[in-house]
Amino acid sequence: MVFSFDLLLEAILFGILLGGFYAAVSLGLSVSFGLLDIPNVAHPAVLLLGAYGAFSLGHYGVDPILAGLLLMPVFFVAGALFYKSYYLIFERRGDAAAVNGLAFFFGIVFIIEVGLVIWYGVDQQSATAPYIGGSLELGEIRLPYRLLAAFSVAIVMALALSLYLSKTFYGRAIKAVGQDEGALRLMGVDPVRVKQLAFGIATGVNALAGAVLLILAPIEPTMDRIYIGRTFCVVVLAGLGSMSGTLAAGLILGIAESIVLMFLGASWAPAVAFGLLMVMLGFRPQGLFGR
Amino acid sequence: MEILLKVDQISKHFGGFTALNGVSLELKKGERLGLIGPNGSGKTTLINCISGALVNETGQILFRGKSIARMPAYQRTRLGIARSFQIPRPFRSMTVIENLLVPLSYVGGLTGKEAQSRAEDILKGMGLAAKMHQGCSQLSQVELRKMELARAMAADPQLLISDEAMAGLAGTEIDEVLAILHTLNQKGITIIMIEHIMQAVMSFSERVVCLDAGQIICEGTPAQVVADPYVQRAYLGD
Amino acid sequence: MRFWISCVVLWIGAVFLALSGANNYLFFAGFVVLQSIVLASAWNILGGYAGYVNFGVPAFIGAGAYAALMMHLAFAAPILLQIAVAGLITGLIGFLVGLLTVRLRGIFFSIATVALVFIFETLVMNTAYLGGATGMQLTRPESGGLFPSYMRMLVVVMTGLAILAVATARYVQESHIGRGLRAVRDSEEAAECSGVPTLKLKLLACALSGALLGAAGAPLPMYLSYIEPASTFNLLYAVSALAMPIIGGMSHWIGPVIGAIILASLQQIVTVTISSELNVLVVGLLLVVFVVAAPEGIVGLVKRWKSSSK
Repeated sequence: MVFSFDLLLEAILFGILLGGFYAAVSLGLSVSFGLLDIPNVAHPAVLLLGAYGAFSLGHYGVDPILAGLLLMPVFFVAGALFYKSYYLIFERRGDAAAVNGLAFFFGIVFIIEVGLVIWYGVDQQSATAPYIGGSLELGEIRLPYRLLAAFSVAIVMALALSLYLSKTFYGRAIKAVGQDEGALRLMGVDPVRVKQLAFGIATGVNALAGAVLLILAPIEPTMDRIYIGRTFCVVVLAGLGSMSGTLAAGLILGIAESIVLMFLGASWAPAVAFGLLMVMLGFRPQGLFGR
Repeated sequence: MEILLKVDQISKHFGGFTALNGVSLELKKGERLGLIGPNGSGKTTLINCISGALVNETGQILFRGKSIARMPAYQRTRLGIARSFQIPRPFRSMTVIENLLVPLSYVGGLTGKEAQSRAEDILKGMGLAAKMHQGCSQLSQVELRKMELARAMAADPQLLISDEAMAGLAGTEIDEVLAILHTLNQKGITIIMIEHIMQAVMSFSERVVCLDAGQIICEGTPAQVVADPYVQRAYLGD
Repeated sequence: MRFWISCVVLWIGAVFLALSGANNYLFFAGFVVLQSIVLASAWNILGGYAGYVNFGVPAFIGAGAYAALMMHLAFAAPILLQIAVAGLITGLIGFLVGLLTVRLRGIFFSIATVALVFIFETLVMNTAYLGGATGMQLTRPESGGLFPSYMRMLVVVMTGLAILAVATARYVQESHIGRGLRAVRDSEEAAECSGVPTLKLKLLACALSGALLGAAGAPLPMYLSYIEPASTFNLLYAVSALAMPIIGGMSHWIGPVIGAIILASLQQIVTVTISSELNVLVVGLLLVVFVVAAPEGIVGLVKRWKSSSK
């Protein structure tokens, strides 16, 4: 492999754009797992649902990003309702149910994955849109438009969520509910409703993130597994509960994967996420920016 | 009198927060020590470092002459340190007597009939014999606290740390628990008692240590500590 | 004592059946049911008793299968040696994964097992010696020793393995190891303060579980006469290994056995008529239904029915 600065630069730029995307798809998990401590391994599977949803809407001529936006309220409501059921079934029963909660989410992963196989088949599916295909050329470097589109949407989502969580009352309640439910109750706020809101947001964000996934690359039903690695890597790397950390962590993962992809080939790229995750868990489980 | 426990200049930080700052303490065999201090003063952190739930960053801990600061908690228990928890942590999937069988087998190496009868004896001594075969969810608050102590006793300790065993209990219940602790002490067990109920601490302890903001601010007989101006300020503010 | 007598009877029964003129299909089906019993019991040692959810069972099965394949290709090792080596290797893998993750929350152990599936599948696909992505055909030996066919001998071996797995689960459950694991699961802090070496026990459970899972995978190359990554590192194994103990009941060693027999038999009947994807969907749905409605499984339901009819 000929090492050239241009190639490295391209890999890094590519990695930054990709990293922004990874941060966006991990935002929901940052909320549900990072802040609320819900063992939501089904997060990437729901992400994939969003992607396929956008794909199906594409059959009616709907642009992927628009489709994502349209699906957001649907996913939000579904997420809020889902959390309520999860709470009633598991969190009220107490600590003996920890294994059951995890098994439950894995069960959902299985169901979603195989459901997608049955409905859509195992082949890859892609979307079409004016910004897919074609690239921006900066000298020797070519940055695909779809990557730029993905990155832009990702940044907007990350900023919006971050602002919401720090500037609005309910946003801050969400940040607080993971740490001190009692204090919230004293303020007259029902912690369960706040968590419902949070989980709804986490799921809603997945709709748009899924649409972005569809823009970025062809999708197929088993993709959720590699994204378990990527999203948990980002969330752990960031430090649980840190929104701005999520962005930074996403960038780190994106750049690392991109460099590995460029110099070691595609079959090694998925290993980066899992490998980085394992290393973090071994040496600094609280993450780089965590509380 | 033999020194059972020697804590020497231990410190513990959580991120930027200093929970313990150079705390030193000596405990004689058979002593009854009261540990007091306002919330957040580091009492629980101190006993967590002694029992092994946390590891201190600096300083030494010697128990029965051995350095235990690097030992995992279960080895310290086998050496003779037992504790109860502020919020009781029963083994919920087990009955009361089964809860005791765990330390009986893992510390004492007892099995079968021998373990059963020893467990029964301990429970009788605590007044829990009637509820022996019941699940933990059927116990009242004071019974849960007693079971915590019974389970600690099943580990055959030389040092028993009682972490707010009387919190939230009513008058006669407090007396029940105090009586249990006295009986244990008479059998030769050294006891550290953390408690907010001042009357209990003062009547039970031979010596009292007061912590505030991770440091010992006063040490002496109960009467001395109560009269100390620093202690009064720590509790009542300026 | 009754347990061991039943085991011996079962073993002798299996031998007689294998020597008899019974239909070959019985043995193909029997192999799958027996393998399921091993998988479910092995999973439950870590999942039910210690509370760690292994989501990457295919990684262990696959590692066992390919380890056995290596022994066969390199040394022409007999099946028992293949199984023993496979078990040792996967036991070590289980131990290492545990070492890395059991000090953290349970979910990270589960994610590590997902990572394992990726890693092993990629490794195998890039190793031509083991058949790579396309896989490898194998010829089953002609003779089955004392038995009419190699296949029947495999089923007898599998019966022995199932007995070993269940006996191990039963021993762990009823010994003080089982009580220690339950204590760890109920309250790790209190367990440590009661003298329980929590880390050691968790690692023991990881190693035992991993070893038995790999041992279950070891006979696969010989049973199928071929091996390839896609069907070995298969989603169905992952779902089933979870569903069987949960449906049967995780608190008692008989639970995984019940769940395995029900699920494996169901799948034998149903795969003929419907696709394998629908199979996974049904198992997944059953899993979720039981976790939500009957988390103690069939064993729990029986207990409750017994105590309410008193």
